[in-house]
Amino acid sequence: MAEASHGIGGLTFDTSKRSLPPEAGVAIALVLIVVIFELLGRLLMNDSFLFNTRENVDGLFNVARLQIIILQVSIIGIIALGVTQVIITGGIDLSSGSIVAATAMIAMSFAQVGEINGLENTRAVFFEQGLVDLPVILPIAVGIGCGLVAGLINGLLVAYTGIPPFIATLGMMVSARGVAKWWTAGQPVSFPTESYAAIGAGMMPVFIFAFLAILFHLILRHTVYGKHTYAIGSSEAAARMSGIKVARHKVLVYTIAGLLAGVAALVLSSKNLTAQAGMGMMYELDAIAMAVIGGISLQGGRGSILGTVLGAMIFGVIISGFTFLRLDAYYQEMVKGAIIVGAVVLDQWRQRRAAIGK
Amino acid sequence: MASDIQTNLSGAEAPKSDTQLGDVILRTKGLTKHYGGVHALVDCNFEIRKGEHVAIMGDNGAGKSTFVRQITAVEQRTAGKVWFDGQYVEFDGPLEAREAGIETVFQTLALADHLDVPDNLFLGREKTRFDWLGPFRVLDYKGMREATRQGLEKTGVKIPNLSNTIQYMSGGQRQCVAIARTATFHSKLTIMVEPTAALGVQETEQVENIIRTLKEQGEPLILISHNMRQVMDLCDRIVVWRRGRVVANLRKEETDGQDVVAYITGAKTQPEYADAA
Ligand SMILES: Nc1ncnc2c1ncn2[C@@H]1O[C@H](COP(=O)(O)OP(=O)(O)OP(=O)(O)O)[C@@H](O)[C@H]1O
Ligand SMILES: [Mg+2]
Repeated sequence: MAEASHGIGGLTFDTSKRSLPPEAGVAIALVLIVVIFELLGRLLMNDSFLFNTRENVDGLFNVARLQIIILQVSIIGIIALGVTQVIITGGIDLSSGSIVAATAMIAMSFAQVGEINGLENTRAVFFEQGLVDLPVILPIAVGIGCGLVAGLINGLLVAYTGIPPFIATLGMMVSARGVAKWWTAGQPVSFPTESYAAIGAGMMPVFIFAFLAILFHLILRHTVYGKHTYAIGSSEAAARMSGIKVARHKVLVYTIAGLLAGVAALVLSSKNLTAQAGMGMMYELDAIAMAVIGGISLQGGRGSILGTVLGAMIFGVIISGFTFLRLDAYYQEMVKGAIIVGAVVLDQWRQRRAAIGK
Repeated sequence: MASDIQTNLSGAEAPKSDTQLGDVILRTKGLTKHYGGVHALVDCNFEIRKGEHVAIMGDNGAGKSTFVRQITAVEQRTAGKVWFDGQYVEFDGPLEAREAGIETVFQTLALADHLDVPDNLFLGREKTRFDWLGPFRVLDYKGMREATRQGLEKTGVKIPNLSNTIQYMSGGQRQCVAIARTATFHSKLTIMVEPTAALGVQETEQVENIIRTLKEQGEPLILISHNMRQVMDLCDRIVVWRRGRVVANLRKEETDGQDVVAYITGAKTQPEYADAA
């Protein structure tokens, strides 16, 4: 039965006819893309994209493929959770990929083993200081701390200097990459301890991504922090006149984004068992793309964690789908670019239509 | 309460008002605001007593909104002194002014388009639980929705669904949300900038009733309005602004509509404000 008690002043509202949430469109797009790959697979490859076709494996679905789809987007997905919050405030963060590199290099240096095959690992960054075989909590704390400091600098620049977020985080993007190269003069940092290697092993990245996604979904929906994040993106002047400490809040949002990039760095370097100055290249753009595909508005005020997670899934499905169809990586990139632009165009078109109808 | 307090909240030395504050809730002395070369507000002396309803009138661009922005610390004044509720005050920002007890309906309404009605009503002072979580304290959506319903019913506005975002609501609905926001929270001084500008006949009447209720409860109000009938109906006193200056201070009993218009247009200026003209 329709509940009709949301209105006031004698007007009623039929809640059963409430319009679908914006995420519904993204979810439908995700299903459609999966169906397209399934059909193309049946037609061109004589194989199924989604379902299990191997006789020696049990189960309805191709579980291995589903795992890969989620696994390959979960690390950038962690970054996208922070980027989503920044974009909701009306800002942008271009520095995430570089923060990943710098953080991974520094954190990994505190996670190296002292011995390899019975020989001293003299190439460990802090071998001479004796900082090898440290408890895993130390590199984790260092990694989170690095991300946090980088994000804090972004936030302070954006909130208190008045330079556009695009420029502030572009500066961080270049500088953090510099830090990553300077740290070991360009040498990769490898041979982490077993406990560090466990952080990103197997499906761990997916679990971490899922946990953080649920956490920040709840935070954005149900806390004052979330409400003020949307309010600032919707109308900064109104937020300020309502007594929200806008500058301080922005610092917090960018700091959280940096922190999440730091977490992604830990997971990525652990998964790869090595950290390199060139890692995380262009991750910031993929993270922004996930948020955009998930229906976020680059003007701020609109978007959600759920949308971004769905956007990440679309991303993963497309990459896997192209691999499945044995298409070259070049095509992947071209199509990825087209989808990003398409998502923004679609959003603008939707908003214009809504504005005209006003 | 002592009539002439000379310390501010932190106990530091602060300018002393030369006449006793007594039951004056807000006093400004020499309040001035320049925007670069624009002298939007010049040497403004203004006061309002507890329980008093004062109207500010003046042509477009006379400096009325500018005055409100200085009182509420949305902007920082160029010069001048302000006393509020027995204290000399220099608010850092709108939150401080609001916490001190000044509630304002701004001309721009200060609403966030992408949020729904209860969110806007409680923006900046949400009902929360688990307050020890600091910025991550949890919103009490149910409590806010209930209070919103009660606050809005007083304005008589009709809104089909409180959980719709307000971006597509009508001008009057938005205005009622802004007014309900002010009426929901008890304050020491209420300021309304053109509260009924976008309202229909019925809604205007309801909002005027809200203002009358404030009067009965002894809550002082500064009403900025271009509506002469409304001002004459609701206010005890009318202060007229012209080109950033106060040019007249009229008791309602001693004036009428034509007289006020003469001051607004510059046909007349009170002798004590002669140097302002
Ligand atoms: N930020 C600003 N920069 C420059 N000039 C400004 C600024 N704000 C206001 N002014 C100018 O100050 C003057 C007073 O403006 P104000 O908004 O106070 O007028 P008002 O009395 O509220 O008029 P209205 O009845 O149209 O609302 C105007 O000439 C306006 O153009
Ligand atoms: Mg005005």
